[in-house]
Amino acid sequence: MLMEHFNLALVDWSRAQFALTALYHWLFVPLTLGTSFIIAIMETIYVKTGKDIWKRITKFWMVLFAINFAIGVATGIILEFEFGTNWSNYSWFVGDIFGAPLAIEGIMAFFLESTFFAVMFFGWNKVSKGFHLTSTWLVALGSNLSALWILVANAWMQNPVGMHFNPETARNEMVNFWAVLFSPTAINKFLHTISSAYVMSAIFVLGVSAWFLLKKRNQALAKRSMIVASTFGLIMSVFMVITGDESAREVFRVQPMKFASMEGLYHGQTDAPLTAVGFFTKTPKPEAPNANEWGPKIKIPGLLSYMAALNTHAYVPGINDLIHGNAAHNIISYYERIKMGKLAIAALKEFQLAKKAANDSTARTALKTFEANYKYFGYGYYNDPHKLIPDVPLVFYSFHTMVGLGLLFVLIFLLTLIYGLKGKLPVKRWILYVALWAIPFAYLAQEAGWMVAEFGRQPWVVQNYMPTLSAVSNINQTSVIITFFLFGVIFTVLLIAEIKIMLNQIKQLKDGGQQ
Amino acid sequence: MVKLVKKVFFFYYDGFRSMTIGKKLWIIILIKLFIIFAILKIFFFPDFLKTHFKTDQQRSNYVIEQLTK
Repeated sequence: MLMEHFNLALVDWSRAQFALTALYHWLFVPLTLGTSFIIAIMETIYVKTGKDIWKRITKFWMVLFAINFAIGVATGIILEFEFGTNWSNYSWFVGDIFGAPLAIEGIMAFFLESTFFAVMFFGWNKVSKGFHLTSTWLVALGSNLSALWILVANAWMQNPVGMHFNPETARNEMVNFWAVLFSPTAINKFLHTISSAYVMSAIFVLGVSAWFLLKKRNQALAKRSMIVASTFGLIMSVFMVITGDESAREVFRVQPMKFASMEGLYHGQTDAPLTAVGFFTKTPKPEAPNANEWGPKIKIPGLLSYMAALNTHAYVPGINDLIHGNAAHNIISYYERIKMGKLAIAALKEFQLAKKAANDSTARTALKTFEANYKYFGYGYYNDPHKLIPDVPLVFYSFHTMVGLGLLFVLIFLLTLIYGLKGKLPVKRWILYVALWAIPFAYLAQEAGWMVAEFGRQPWVVQNYMPTLSAVSNINQTSVIITFFLFGVIFTVLLIAEIKIMLNQIKQLKDGGQQ
Repeated sequence: MVKLVKKVFFFYYDGFRSMTIGKKLWIIILIKLFIIFAILKIFFFPDFLKTHFKTDQQRSNYVIEQLTK
């Protein structure tokens, strides 16, 4: 039951492979989620006003949406393959919980997206305007509902609720579907993720439209698209900030180690400030966390405490408090948790042996010990609690990149909306350049958000219950390495294809002038 | 009913025929699906527990052994 029993190189390669697949998959998904709604809004304006320019605008963005959808579709299936091959212990452990949301996702995605997708693209002039518009909205709702189920499953991994572990089968069984669906982690994760996807999509529409204005082509299309995108983006970016703020409290409650790592906070404190700008000058060593050194920092007083508990004076435990415990704040040390985890693992083994030997009284005693200590089961795989600290600089930089860019996008939307409403966008070329160059940064913010969520929770695949090292399959490491590079090539080819086809479509759009 | 089926059929038929960029995208989708299901799934991603064990009981025993070793 110790770390030494696991092939850590295999764990790392499996993690790298999963991260590569997920990060690439997430390059495609947010644009689908957001542009589907932006297109629906544009088509609604067309139906309401009857002006052909809006039909042209809708059709143009629909083509870019289709390119992204086509290139990105099915890239997520590879993640499911990896669950079965590389993460079989994990898949077995969570099977019943993961199965339901993923099955619903598959059925919903198939019926809602594939049926109405066809009407959306083939239905112009063949079905009524109203039916076509309804189909466009249903595609948007369908793709976003698909995301809901995936994110519910992910949220369960971050905050496992509504389940009971069956020690006879080693599986978690769902006892309360609604607790899984409506856990605060799931709600916040879904709302924050989709709102950030909407923001990214709005930046994409803004940037492409800005390019048209810079080139003095398709100006009517570009100006109108920018007004829609900046309005939608501004509303959604405010929503994103609110849901991000809610998520922070949820992370603080269920994943305090992740929360402390997001700020690089080693020593707990009251009135904890948030770093607005700062960097590490030395990478902190997990075994000697005091060794971290900071460069110059700009801090916002009390903001970290406020994010944690809506109180600028609240106490925020640091990484050291979690490792060593803090009796004054009722924090059980990781050393204690490791002891309890080891008891749970030993009791599970004893329970199994007693069951096989038909020794009921021993089995009952073992089961009691197991249930009393199960909530720290995963800690039992470790001897050194410092191994339970995520990569602090990576999480810190990802978090601050995500937040910084998110706030910058609010400003961009605000300025483009003001200039757009005043009709000054074509002459304010600097904001057009900013909007255009914001596109890669919007993608960066998305990936940074994923990294905060996923690297921040390391080493857990299922918080407190299963670390990555016990989740992997005992398979040949070479095959994982081969597929890692194979995916790297396939996804890069797909990404290049997407960018190339999109750029062609954008450049080839006939100039509609001021119409 | 036959009329409706015909209508739906021609809706898709005409839609696919009149595609421009869509044809290129469908080719990409089909190649991608072939690579994912006919190559990756078959040669690189067998389901570990399903291929190594016949029953759920065996799978349970194996995973418990892995979790408590």
